[in-house]
Amino acid sequence: MTVETAEVRDAPRAKSAATKIRRAQQDPAWLRWSLTGLAVAVVGVLIVLPVANVFAGALAEGAAVYWKNLVDDPDTRHAIGLTLTVVPIAVTANVVFGVAAAWAIARFSFPGRTLLTALIDLPFSVSPVVAGLMFVLIFGLQGYFGAFLRRDGYAIMPYLVAALLVLLLAVAYFVFRPSHPRARRGLWKTPPLGLAFVFATVFVLLVLGQQAFEVWPANKSLKIIFATPGLVLATAFVTFPFVARELIPVMNAIGADEELAALSLGANGWQMFWHVTVPNVKWGLVYGIILCNARAMGEFGAVYVVSGHIAGETDTMPLRIEKLFQEYNMPGSFAVASVLTLLAILTLVVKRKLEDRIPQSEQGRRTGAHP
Amino acid sequence: MASVNRKVLPGFSLTLGYTVFYLGLLVLLPITAVFVKAGSLSLHDFWGAVWTERARAAYLLTFGTSFVAALVNVLLGGLIAWVLTRYTFPGKRIIDALVDLPLALPTAVGGLVYASLYVENGWLGRFLVPLGIRGAYTRLGIVLVLVFVGLPFVVRTVQPVLADIDPEAEEASSSLGATRWQTFAFVILPTLFPALITGFALAFARSIGEYGSVVFISGNMPFKTEIAPILIVARLEEFAYGEATAIAVVLLVISFSMLLVINFLESWSRRHDR
Repeated sequence: MTVETAEVRDAPRAKSAATKIRRAQQDPAWLRWSLTGLAVAVVGVLIVLPVANVFAGALAEGAAVYWKNLVDDPDTRHAIGLTLTVVPIAVTANVVFGVAAAWAIARFSFPGRTLLTALIDLPFSVSPVVAGLMFVLIFGLQGYFGAFLRRDGYAIMPYLVAALLVLLLAVAYFVFRPSHPRARRGLWKTPPLGLAFVFATVFVLLVLGQQAFEVWPANKSLKIIFATPGLVLATAFVTFPFVARELIPVMNAIGADEELAALSLGANGWQMFWHVTVPNVKWGLVYGIILCNARAMGEFGAVYVVSGHIAGETDTMPLRIEKLFQEYNMPGSFAVASVLTLLAILTLVVKRKLEDRIPQSEQGRRTGAHP
Repeated sequence: MASVNRKVLPGFSLTLGYTVFYLGLLVLLPITAVFVKAGSLSLHDFWGAVWTERARAAYLLTFGTSFVAALVNVLLGGLIAWVLTRYTFPGKRIIDALVDLPLALPTAVGGLVYASLYVENGWLGRFLVPLGIRGAYTRLGIVLVLVFVGLPFVVRTVQPVLADIDPEAEEASSSLGATRWQTFAFVILPTLFPALITGFALAFARSIGEYGSVVFISGNMPFKTEIAPILIVARLEEFAYGEATAIAVVLLVISFSMLLVINFLESWSRRHDR
């Protein structure tokens, strides 16, 4: 009898299936409300109050000063511009990698797959400062390539561009090739060896072209550390796992059936990818990009080490916050911080919206440790 | 498992090749560089860099504050996870979403705002400093930001496990005459234990490497409030690359061992689940 009355009393509270609580799981009301109050207070003090303080600090001297702090300070303006340059490059690189890694790992089995999946997570356990240090050790003045970069840094450009071009050609070849061997005509019949010959030609042409026309200046130092390329590298390292981590479980959950159907109906790789794979995983992809972007925008430690803090040159937004803080320009510092806070809030809202749309069979995504 | 014949689906060699290439270039090569650089130091130099009094103080502080912060996180995170899975109250969805904020908020913003909250005329400092509680530029401040940074890790690890607990176990326990408290201590807590430990390890691992938020609030005084990553930056600014690398290797080895521990714990708690 008592059981029933308790259930009747709590009926309105236990409406949704997820929160359906039976009698044995029901704590007394005083405990319920005091624990809830405590939890809300903890979230309030640890999370809500700081966020409120960011905006209070930014608007302390009025909206006009706030706006002035953001747009009239040339160094702050430059920092915003630099962040908006560095982040898209790093995020794009990691999206391309994430899609490739997810395709390889979720669609095929091969020896070392578990190891590869584990290695992708590696950057999460590296302290950002150590991540920055790594690139200083490689590209810094005293680093392994330091002397070379200083003497004739642009000499690597033809190789870099050639490698990129060859990669694009390879992608194009594999992606547009008809899926069925019998449908391959003309150029598509080219065996891999012939393909390798074309690639080698592209490579040699570019390197020779550089020697003949000097597209890139010779004997000029190329700055990577204390310059934008270093910022991109450090940001890309720190945000490396995000997209792959989100895509792999989503692709696993969806399975390859629809892709196989597309192929059997005569689609080539490109058509299958754009008309089947991308629409299937798009929310997972957006989710990964959102998280990757949030972390990239806010990255501090790794970027701090490689930037050299040249105001108006290599300061990104988080570094600008620190510099203004050191200069005791609190309203200015909070103004920049408020922009990043708005971005964080926006990220949370979009993230919440997306979580309902992503296939949820995968375990460990939400438990996932990492952001 | 969706592993398909490589002859049917296109792009295996291309995507795997690119994955390994990009991973090697951006992640493995730099990590190797650190170890190679550290290996080029003589044992004497290496030891001289990682075992100075200042470095020892920094390790002790890093681990001490990370440990305390992770412990606090287990308590607070466990409480929040409990309230979010077991109770309904107005604004629950907002609280649930807000728990993720420390992951989305740049660490520099977290550090900046915590520093200004707990200084003498800050929103919280004006009440706490007269009581003798100084949250800014002290070790307490480091713990505070580390609690902020690590909170989501514990909540998000415990929450799904708590939601999956079979109500029958609790019913059986209470029908056998256990009080609510006994049920909690002897039925629920043991089930949650692996998740709590995993959450602890995740928060701890994150705290060890944390830099952006701590640098604002700690004041960075050697021997007092200087954590290991700050010491690395200090060495780098003196252009002492060798010494910085040596300390970095110590941190890396610890982080990688933490990673192994976490992987073990996660497989342990998954076994525990079934």
